Amino acid sequence: MSGATPEKEYVESVSKLDGRVPSGELADKWDKYKSSMKIVNPANKRKFNIIVVGTGLAGGSAAATLAELGYNVKSFCIQDTPRRAHSIAAQGGINAAKNYQNDGDSVHRLFIDTIKGGDYRAREENVHRLAQISTQIIDQCVAQGVPFARDYGGLLTNRSFGGSQVSRTFYARGQTGQQLLLGAYSAMMRQVAKQQIEMFPNREMLDVITVDDKARGIVVRNLKTGELETHSGDAVLLCTGGFGNVYFLSTNGKGSNVTAAWRCHKKGAYMANPCFAQIHPTCIPTSGEYQSKLTLMSESLRNDGRVWVPKNKDDKRLAADIPESDRDNFLERMYPAYGNLVPRDVGSRAIKKMCDEGKGLDPSGRAVYLDFSSAIERLGKKNIADKYGNLFDMYETITGDSPYSQPMKIYPAIHYIMGGLWVDYDLMSTIPGLFVLGEANFSDHGANRLGASALMQGLADGYFVIPNTLGNYLANTKLDSVSTSSDEFTSVKNDCKEKTDQLLKIKGSSTTLEIHRELGGVMWDLVGMARTKESLEEALEKIPKIKDKFWNDLYIPGDSDSLNKSLEHAGRLADFLELGELMALDALNREESCGAHFREEYQTEEGEPLRNDDKYAYVSAWEYNKDSIPILHKENLDYKFVKMTQRNYK
Amino acid sequence: MSEVISLNLQVWKQSSNEDVGSFEFYSVKDISIHISFLEMLDVVNENLQKEGKEPIAFDSDCREGICGTCGFVIDGVAHGPLAKTTVCQLHMRHFKNGQTLVIEPFRATPFKIVKDLVVDRSSFDQIIQAGGYVTVSTGNAPDANNILIAKENAEEAFDSAACIGCGACVASCPNASAALFTSAKISHLSHLPQGKIEEDERVKSMVTTMDDEGFGSCSNHAECEAVCPKGISISNIALMRRNLIKTIL
Ligand SMILES: Cc1cc2nc3c(=O)[nH]c(=O)nc-3n(C[C@H](O)[C@H](O)[C@H](O)COP(=O)(O)OP(=O)(O)OC[C@H]3O[C@@H](n4cnc5c(N)ncnc54)[C@H](O)[C@@H]3O)c2cc1C
Ligand code: FES
Repeated sequence: MSGATPEKEYVESVSKLDGRVPSGELADKWDKYKSSMKIVNPANKRKFNIIVVGTGLAGGSAAATLAELGYNVKSFCIQDTPRRAHSIAAQGGINAAKNYQNDGDSVHRLFIDTIKGGDYRAREENVHRLAQISTQIIDQCVAQGVPFARDYGGLLTNRSFGGSQVSRTFYARGQTGQQLLLGAYSAMMRQVAKQQIEMFPNREMLDVITVDDKARGIVVRNLKTGELETHSGDAVLLCTGGFGNVYFLSTNGKGSNVTAAWRCHKKGAYMANPCFAQIHPTCIPTSGEYQSKLTLMSESLRNDGRVWVPKNKDDKRLAADIPESDRDNFLERMYPAYGNLVPRDVGSRAIKKMCDEGKGLDPSGRAVYLDFSSAIERLGKKNIADKYGNLFDMYETITGDSPYSQPMKIYPAIHYIMGGLWVDYDLMSTIPGLFVLGEANFSDHGANRLGASALMQGLADGYFVIPNTLGNYLANTKLDSVSTSSDEFTSVKNDCKEKTDQLLKIKGSSTTLEIHRELGGVMWDLVGMARTKESLEEALEKIPKIKDKFWNDLYIPGDSDSLNKSLEHAGRLADFLELGELMALDALNREESCGAHFREEYQTEEGEPLRNDDKYAYVSAWEYNKDSIPILHKENLDYKFVKMTQRNYK
Repeated sequence: MSEVISLNLQVWKQSSNEDVGSFEFYSVKDISIHISFLEMLDVVNENLQKEGKEPIAFDSDCREGICGTCGFVIDGVAHGPLAKTTVCQLHMRHFKNGQTLVIEPFRATPFKIVKDLVVDRSSFDQIIQAGGYVTVSTGNAPDANNILIAKENAEEAFDSAACIGCGACVASCPNASAALFTSAKISHLSHLPQGKIEEDERVKSMVTTMDDEGFGSCSNHAECEAVCPKGISISNIALMRRNLIKTIL
């Protein structure tokens, strides 16, 4: 069967994809399943070698925990030390259903908030497990010495995040990700010292190696020496983070990439919902052509900051001179129940709407105010500085303006990718033995992620899910010994070498930055905050042209035998170009609006996303099809525990 | 004030740790004052590539001052002229038109040069491996609110834990000491009941490893505190010393 309209270049698979969710009541599914799993006995654990790629919250927590259990772990990352994974940059906080504030929170409420926040496009059972595990995460992190914020009585304190009416976000000033990551990193270092983890920094994974159809190894490039290495193992855990950099400008680190995930995709791992890309409402606006990244201003700021534009679009007065009566606090006006704390997709679209109406601030017209003056008046400058000092400083460093004396200017930016490699309930991809954790998988956030839930998911996957499900896989699977000198290993390694040589041979005149910027422009304009059939078709026409330019006119200086940043960038860009096309195709296929995926054709009269549950209550999982068009597999989302309704934050 | 400036850069170029390096001269024109120092180097590198020349190797990732990847010395100061600021957060508005800037890697015996401005700081990981953690395996933790921690202790622990491991402290120290880095971790954990139990072992082991890795000893120059982008205080070093003496007595 082929796609409905001729311009959709894909075929649809007839069989349905199965998430292999265990049976039973929602609330005790996970516990029951855990107790029924086969276990690898302690003496046997040390016979297994586990490859963990990535050392962010997901990979760091997985590597440390598996090593504690006795497995031999090999850990890889592209940075010079595991502590620099991009999780380090997370600012605002981590959710957990502790109900320490006695404000009515519960596992069930966190579950419902997350499902609703994701606009009913996540797998119910995974989300419920996440909410259950959330409480253990905080216990674990505190035990490691993570210095979360506390009250004068010595107890943990919380703040609120978007999409929730309770206060359940734990935080360490504006550097929560840093502190959580350093916790996982220190746990890893303890295991490195015990030689349970062998650490391979400065390595970029270029491919996965399968033997008897199971993931049994990887090829990595040593970024300092250029050498290609192969490593074997009994399972591969991919924890390589998000791929927002397909848009060139994003809040991700410069090294964040899709390469490891994409190469696995090309070897048989399905890519799920790639078009679900989160645009964060509060980032510092772009300032010029040479801008290399966008800086997030944490969502926590919306606890005390009010978002507004002048009511009159020709009002050129300074912010401080515009009285309250001439300000449009549009989030409070449009969404009185949640006010400034609406979910990210809702907030971003409202800001875009104001700017499209010409109310955006000078000079670009692409900015609105985030104002703390009333909070400073109410709570005092010191209080505000205690809560947000480092964010205010960061804003001032970048823009030269102080948010204590004038409002911040903010605009939405690409921040997080809900889509990712498809995984079943065990976090295993469609390649047996290849597990995917953290932002790299698609599992828990549906079409929109709530703030402070990515840190929660990464740590849930790594500390508490994978140690169980991986053991079950190993205990149930026959795994013959493999050798890195076998044909399977050497042939994949040779492919990687050829690909690198091919890139260096082009010798054209365009730099990787130029081409990446061009791709980013197309993605942002045509596959960004608002999409239409026409824009997506245009993207599908334009991206192949950029790809042609890349393969015919790229210039990379230097060689492959030493540190070569341009070569690294080129390899990643090659994959972004292919991914970009699939994102556009996925967005074109989904003829509905849900969460962050906003198709202008499908909206309510008030401009809210209009889902089509009859046709699109499924996960799109794309299979790579060499030499031909992709194959679309569907995992139906037949909700058993929650009723799908229209989201309402008014 | 004009929105663009021109600069003369003298940049250290060295193809590997084994090679002898030297300064190269680059003249840069029309740099927007709104971009960061690393974005300025991006522009230089774009132009070099357009001329078919090798770009300047430097490292960065978050470009938000939190990952600790970036770092080099500008006119003799690690991370450049602005206090409490990494080079990725340093903006060109702090420089003058026509200025000449000398740019060098973080130099210290334990930090081998990988290429140009990129150095190997893996010895920091060795120091953490020697005890920069709490011995607690996943799943063993009591309820988080069972551990009460006074607000000021949590805040002080945080102040020390905010270290980003960039290595500026080592690069700025005449003795190439890693005392600020090491003591920050020791102090973070000493301020918390969870970390207190292993305090003695930790300080002995981490200090020994610091010496074994080839870092020099601290002689109170306080250059480290002055360049630290996160404002880590040298009072951490005093605490480390006190703890160390306690283990000997
Ligand atoms: C600025 C910012 C602020 C945020 N704030 C919050 C917040 O307050 N709360 C919240 O819940 N979430 C937040 N998020 C989201 C959250 O931080 C991330 O989703 C999460 O940390 C991702 O963790 P991870 O372990 O999946 O990946 P990462 O931390 O990105 O780690 C990826 C790892 O994979 C490695 N890697 C990547 N590619 C390769 C390759 N090819 N070969 C080898 N290794 C590779 C990297 O070296 C790295 O070690 C924020 C995100 C950003 C960007
Ligand atoms: S690049 Fe992360 S601190 Fe500068």
